[in-house]
Amino acid sequence: MGSTALRPCGDFRTTYKTDQYLFQTKVIGWTAAVALVVMILAPVLMSSYVVNLLILVGISGISALGLNVLVGMTGQISLGHAAFYGFGAFSSAYLANNYGVPVLIAIPLAGVMTAIVGMVFGLPAARIKGLYLAIATLASQFILVDFFSRATWFTNGYGVDASKPDFFGIPLDTDEKYFYVVLAWAVISMITVANLKRSRDGRALVAVRDHYLSAEIMGINLTKYRILAFGISSFFAGVAGALYAHYIEFVSVETFSIALSINFLAMIIIGGLGSVPGAFLGAMFIELLPQLVQIISGFLISVGPSVFGIIENGKSYVEQITVGTVIILFLIFEPEGIAHRIGQIRKSIKLYPFSY
Amino acid sequence: MNWFLLTQLLANGLIVGMLYGVVAMCFVLIYKSTQVVNFAQGEFLVLGAWVCLAMVVKAGLPFYVAFPFTLVFMTIFGILIQTVILRPLIGEPIISIIMVTIALSIIMQSVLNWTFGNSSASFPQIFPVENVSLFGLQVETAYIMSLVLSFFVMALFYAFFQYSKYGLAMRATAYDQQAAQSLGVSVGQVFAMSWAISAVVSGIAGIIIGIVSGVSSSLAVIGIKVFPAVIVGGLDSIVGAIVGGVIIGLLENFAEFVDGQYLQWGNLYTIAPFYVLIIILVIKPYGLFGTRDIERI
Repeated sequence: MGSTALRPCGDFRTTYKTDQYLFQTKVIGWTAAVALVVMILAPVLMSSYVVNLLILVGISGISALGLNVLVGMTGQISLGHAAFYGFGAFSSAYLANNYGVPVLIAIPLAGVMTAIVGMVFGLPAARIKGLYLAIATLASQFILVDFFSRATWFTNGYGVDASKPDFFGIPLDTDEKYFYVVLAWAVISMITVANLKRSRDGRALVAVRDHYLSAEIMGINLTKYRILAFGISSFFAGVAGALYAHYIEFVSVETFSIALSINFLAMIIIGGLGSVPGAFLGAMFIELLPQLVQIISGFLISVGPSVFGIIENGKSYVEQITVGTVIILFLIFEPEGIAHRIGQIRKSIKLYPFSY
Repeated sequence: MNWFLLTQLLANGLIVGMLYGVVAMCFVLIYKSTQVVNFAQGEFLVLGAWVCLAMVVKAGLPFYVAFPFTLVFMTIFGILIQTVILRPLIGEPIISIIMVTIALSIIMQSVLNWTFGNSSASFPQIFPVENVSLFGLQVETAYIMSLVLSFFVMALFYAFFQYSKYGLAMRATAYDQQAAQSLGVSVGQVFAMSWAISAVVSGIAGIIIGIVSGVSSSLAVIGIKVFPAVIVGGLDSIVGAIVGGVIIGLLENFAEFVDGQYLQWGNLYTIAPFYVLIIILVIKPYGLFGTRDIERI
């Protein structure tokens, strides 16, 4: 986590100002620009299947980005992220169905409501940290999911319908159109978090993670920033949940289990703790893994010896086992995630042939 | 007020609570000696129960043969998990360690469900008598056995840590790793041993619960119930784990009583421990018996 020891030499910055650039090098800036253009053109260029996958990746990525603020930047582990995601989904549907709030406004409102709930459940963070906090968030996961199944005025007890949004009279009813809503939110959240990282508040969060005693001595209000991290993280979870609700058009209580919380954690660990593009890379990895497993196992069944026949009746198990194994392999061999690995490769290309 | 029902439920709570206590003890053992939080504790129970059941039903072994074989299997399994998966992660931040055990539980869950199926299975009759009457309460023999076995395991734990060389080595390691190492304790061995003991004892608990209420993947829920128990008792206290387990067991059944008699909310019994967990964490974060972290600058 943020260790400088493993970084090859290559920090050539000479002023503090260059340390603050949003895009550290021209290459990163251009990559981001090209990625944005490709994404804008995606619904035109790609099949609806790919667009569907991209929407799911974007939604999970926004949620994972929120979790990354909490876990990667502030060092507080949350095992209850899926519950906040679910709260966002239900509150957006609730606002839109019962008060006639336009969906595009209901989405950020749901984010704000979730942020408040997140801060309430983050209150224990004022006193506890590390492992104890992780267990407290585990409890909040169970309590919130129990609330969902109990509060019939809010969720019907099993699930509610959510409608697709419309944009000044244009209904965003197809995947291709809805894609732009998700894309806009993904870009907004990436820019927000990237800017947060270079503001005083963001540096305060990182200081709380790295050495909270020093941070407190330097005048950082620990309680405030710990709870603020919960608020920011839940805001993005709520927005992502709302986006998910209006995409799927039905929010079911069962979706927001602890397994989903674990998936979000897996995304940021695989993508890279504390990294903005890492959250989206991890989301892509976790969302695409089942597809990949399906292709490979299909291939093995059709081509390989009959031994692979057992995979046929246990596809979902094979998926789960792969996810678990990938998490363990990443933790053992690349604990800093894909984003870190890409950075290493980039630096070794830049410094070739003298990397030391 | 239905006193009879209340006593019956509280007796149930005590018995179940003792089992929670035993599992919580395994959890604390691993946490105390290796600083690892084991989210796969529940799956250990399921594994032990299924392996024993498979030996009894599929291989046709008598229970008293299958039982020790299961324990041997669990020992090997515990050591293997520690050396292969957790040893490379020594010294990593807490998030990595939490995630690795969560990933382990995901893998174990799917492998177990894949091999043994999703449905529940029960042990063939082991005791000749089904029910015993005790102070006017009807108690199943299996419950009595589970109570006795829980006490036995606890006594064994106590003796092991108090009198045996290995137990002392483990306590020394838990207290101060470097000092223990410089006095000739093999820390690696202690780590492997604590995982092995924890796996074995969880296996025993899994078999007991399997006998009482059938074997299925839902046994893993106990791995989650352990968290309220250890937080109430204090994360690094073995005595606390037992006390916490009993408290949570009683509380659950009391919640069910209140729910069933007065509130009619349904499900209160599964969620009550987590409310208690949050309350305890806010007012007394280190539990009843846990050591307070004192931090010096």
